[in-house]
Amino acid sequence: MADATQEQSGQRELPDRDAAREWLESMMLIRRFEERAGEMYAKAKVGGFLHLAIGEEATIVGAVRALRDDDYLISTYRSHGHALSRGADPDKVMAELFGRQDGVSHGRGGSMHMFDGEHRFMGGYGIVGGNLPLAAGMALSSDYRGTEDVTLCVFGDGASNQGTFGETLNLAALWSLPVVFMVTNNQFGMGTSLERHSAVTDLHHRGEGFGVPGLQCDGMDVLDTYAVIGEALKKARDERKPVLVEAITYRFRGHSMADPEEYRTKEQVAEWRKKDPIQVFAKRLEDEGMLEEDEAEKLDQEVVSRIDEAVAFADKAGFPPPESLYDDIYVLGDQVGGGWYSVDERSAGVHRGEHERELAEAERGPQDEYKKAVDEASREDVGVKKPTDEAQAEDDDAEEAEASAGDEASGRGRSDK
Amino acid sequence: MRYREALNQALREEMQRDENVFLMGEDIGVFNGAFKVTAGLLEEFGEKRVRDTPISENTIVGMGVGAAMTGLRPVVELMTINFSLLALDQIVNHMSTIHYMFGGQVRVPMVVRMPQGAGHQLGPTHSHCFEALFLHVPGMLVAVPSTAADAKGLLKAAIRDDNPVVFIEHEYLYGQRGDVPDDDEDFVVDFGKAAIRREGDDVTIVGISRMALTAEKAASILADEHEIEAEVIDPRTLRPLDLDTILESVRKTNRCVIVEEGWPHGGVGANLAALIQEQAFDHLDAPIGRVTGADLPMPYSKPLEQIAYPHEPQIVDAVIATFRDL
Repeated sequence: MADATQEQSGQRELPDRDAAREWLESMMLIRRFEERAGEMYAKAKVGGFLHLAIGEEATIVGAVRALRDDDYLISTYRSHGHALSRGADPDKVMAELFGRQDGVSHGRGGSMHMFDGEHRFMGGYGIVGGNLPLAAGMALSSDYRGTEDVTLCVFGDGASNQGTFGETLNLAALWSLPVVFMVTNNQFGMGTSLERHSAVTDLHHRGEGFGVPGLQCDGMDVLDTYAVIGEALKKARDERKPVLVEAITYRFRGHSMADPEEYRTKEQVAEWRKKDPIQVFAKRLEDEGMLEEDEAEKLDQEVVSRIDEAVAFADKAGFPPPESLYDDIYVLGDQVGGGWYSVDERSAGVHRGEHERELAEAERGPQDEYKKAVDEASREDVGVKKPTDEAQAEDDDAEEAEASAGDEASGRGRSDK
Repeated sequence: MRYREALNQALREEMQRDENVFLMGEDIGVFNGAFKVTAGLLEEFGEKRVRDTPISENTIVGMGVGAAMTGLRPVVELMTINFSLLALDQIVNHMSTIHYMFGGQVRVPMVVRMPQGAGHQLGPTHSHCFEALFLHVPGMLVAVPSTAADAKGLLKAAIRDDNPVVFIEHEYLYGQRGDVPDDDEDFVVDFGKAAIRREGDDVTIVGISRMALTAEKAASILADEHEIEAEVIDPRTLRPLDLDTILESVRKTNRCVIVEEGWPHGGVGANLAALIQEQAFDHLDAPIGRVTGADLPMPYSKPLEQIAYPHEPQIVDAVIATFRDL
């Protein structure tokens, strides 16, 4: 399997008609979701960093569809797609981006920290390489409890240079843990290209020294990704052995919305866009008679409508109330309840000595700032349905907004429209 | 019973009580633990539940987090607190953060145990006291037991709690003896309840970790040689902190000295002094005194090491200084 990418690509057998169409739809949903998220970012409805997975949809859907319901999935700061394809409600994923109480992480996590425990999506994590130990811990837990669950841990090529990569692969192999490490090699660790950050660029070979065999798949091909991840999951499940899978892919957009993309050429991007995982797969389905000629467009329109609903939901959803600021720092119980330093003793404002404990919640903290942020977010109603023929124009707008954005270190440089 | 035996008993009892409790750490099994806290547990519970790990602190703690998120109750041993710096990413970014970051939807019930402390000539990289570092981080509990009974009772409480806990032991204390209830499997010491080690009306001395013992000895000297009756308080846990007990004492004595082994800047004493002056300013007859470890990397040479962390005379001097203006 390893190094067989070129031969296998496009040659994989299709699943049944319903599954194939669902995979296509799931990839389209991620694409349209990400595009709208980018637009909402440009409108300042979404804050922080926004890392889009446009171009990487096949790595997500191919991998997630290879999982069983009880398997664990853990991802990175580029995880909207993982949450969506695992079954999270698009309304709630969008609401998380909007910072609302109804978001998948109740507005505490944001774009980089999605979570959906019900579907065993164990979260997106903002620290590069930080999720590998967690994944091994989940696999240990499955092993300990005697279940058949496997954990799929997704991370980028940049994370393969973190200490946790070597530490975790060693431990997973040493303890025979049922975990699949999937390195989504999108050719760049932020703005540093693969050959500039890794001495060995065939990343799937990097586990061998730790006793973790490697496989490679064409991350632009949902079928190849599904097949190779499926094989890795089977090995992890049946043989209790970790596997490293390298998915070769490319992100069409910048690292985040604040990326001027000075480290790569337009020609390179254009070349990869020819391998667009959605278009290639849609064409394959049409060629094999699983999709009528206009159906892809129809599916796309349905998806766009679904995203419209998600945006409308998110825009209407309420912000977490100010009195919830200190909720869920601790699990409250016998030991942690009313005492100092247990929950909400210290506001962000001036500490008012002996009287602070008696102050009403509403009097604590910088309340004006809270109201200001709510007002700003409500300035423009974006929850209106837009005709799909505007989608491309919006796409272009979003790209312009990206191009004019500043660099990550100096923060976002977006302008409100 | 010695402090280390009390910890061992706590681990054994909680492992017997709950099969989801398991141990991970470097040399805790075959080697029986660098400080013998886990002695005999591998033999009793087997390799599934007492797991020797490679030297990979950040990953060991991170695996504990992943296991805790999915239903287990890991107890991770870091050989010393100095090595916890390698795991600070997982401790701060994940262990203490995940419950809040995901809106309360997942819990991380785990304990990270580690000993701290100077006095064994281990030099600059093996003698730290970092309770202030962990106190700084919201989202986890911090215990600093100074007696054998507290070591047992607090560790059992830590394992049973649904929050992540940083459990800071002390290398000097491992060999210290004390009475420990060993006929009650449910003997626990609740977090957030300070212990008054000695009652007195003249000055409040708050001692952290090993310094609670040093403070008690200093209090004896103060009574015998200076006719000063000190009240000695051991907070036992820093999060949650039993500030009420400390404030009550300060309002009675009107003087306070805080003793810790760690560095002065941004220390536990600095923080506590801020809280006390915010809450009891009108009750203070003198500035709050602090006695801390020296503001430097711990030197190896024994005479230098001995003057680089607090002993009784410095505490006595600090207490007397609070009476200077009378």
